[in-house]
Amino acid sequence: MLPAPFEYHAPRTIDEALDLLDQFGDEGKVLAGGQSLIPLLKLRFASPGHLVDINKIKELDFIEERDGTLRIGPLFRHKAAERSSLLTSRYQVMADAAPQIADPIIRNRGTIAGSVAHADPSGDWGSVLLAMDADLVLRSKRGSRTVKARDFFSGPFSTALEPTEILSEIRIPAAKAMTGGAYLKLERKVGDFATVAVAVHLQMDDGKVGSAGIGLTAVGPQNLKAEKAEATLKGARLDDAAIKEAAALAAEAADPKADQRGSVEYKRNVVRVFTERGLKRAYERARGGG
Amino acid sequence: MGQPITVTVNGEQRSAEVEPRLLLVHFLRETLRLTGTHIGCDTTHCGACTVLLDGTPVKSCTMFAVQADGQQVTTVEALAAGGTLHPIQAAFKQEHGLQCGFCTPGMMLTSVALLEEKKDPTDEDIRWALSGNICRCTGYMNIVKAVKSAAATMNAQAAVPAAAAAVRS
Repeated sequence: MLPAPFEYHAPRTIDEALDLLDQFGDEGKVLAGGQSLIPLLKLRFASPGHLVDINKIKELDFIEERDGTLRIGPLFRHKAAERSSLLTSRYQVMADAAPQIADPIIRNRGTIAGSVAHADPSGDWGSVLLAMDADLVLRSKRGSRTVKARDFFSGPFSTALEPTEILSEIRIPAAKAMTGGAYLKLERKVGDFATVAVAVHLQMDDGKVGSAGIGLTAVGPQNLKAEKAEATLKGARLDDAAIKEAAALAAEAADPKADQRGSVEYKRNVVRVFTERGLKRAYERARGGG
Repeated sequence: MGQPITVTVNGEQRSAEVEPRLLLVHFLRETLRLTGTHIGCDTTHCGACTVLLDGTPVKSCTMFAVQADGQQVTTVEALAAGGTLHPIQAAFKQEHGLQCGFCTPGMMLTSVALLEEKKDPTDEDIRWALSGNICRCTGYMNIVKAVKSAAATMNAQAAVPAAAAAVRS
């Protein structure tokens, strides 16, 4: 399969990339890992006139914890996330999700930011970022703005990102003591898109829930944040009753469609079960176990 | 329309003028006539078109040739040297790690990258590493055996010069 013709640009600096995007407007598209975009181009679901490949801008490949914030650059790849000891030790929801993205060869190329900007409702990173209450920095030639993950996704493959902007940084509040997370994914076979997945990011505070983040994958028109479930947990003791109540609320927040992967009832029930399990696993990890 | 690129393919610098939309796999197969890299699904699923980009497995149907400009690409043609099969090739042959052979170039390149990183992989490591390479003859048992056997051969070959060096010193 051959994409429609386009002009290719490989800028060496982010300013150069932003200049190009500003010049091309609707006709420009950022190419990062390309593991979703190139298949779309080949199927001619998209045919931008100009591709701005950011792979030569090496300084965009970063992860660092600084000033109370975990910062992730637009070229940080799934494979690097899978191998990051920082994520394994302090951000388990991300460490859990990384090796479950597609397959190892795709993970060598694909990036977290690219996946988020692509905004497939069955994509995994969106739910993870919703659970972690991430901020997304959207930068254009004209300046930059910060959008909450919950305000970023607006529908299937639709986001707040303008064609002239790059998702230049993902910002996540640095994990405090007693933080734990988990990502549970049901797939028909290894490497498949999720039938259902649930992201949990939990911070305990003096025996009670300081904050709980719950993101849902593949059960709505976009990645969902189970806000009622999160609210009921805040300040609560994490006992069985609280976990059950939150899981029921998360299942209610899900809005799945029946397809060959399962019925609406089935998918909702998986959300409930995974939210329970995810909260328990996250709690164990927050206390230093698991 | 054409964009000049220079890619080091199997150790040799290859220059061409290509359309930006030309996929790396087509550059390899049609421009360079290196047809050992196969096109399977053409939809980023099967891994038949896997090549090494600067040593890392990538699906060459999901990358443009222009993106490889200035980089190193290794295809299955580079595995055998001077008429001698690479240990991974010898092991696939010996262990019957293939039936129809269509997935084999991708399987072997992914395996070579795995063995660069893990000298002594477990069955689990091998299955996990190869989970992006699909064999529709369902020959996975023998593929795993072949990778283990290649690991043993490569470790033995590496041990000989090391032992010789130890004796000398």
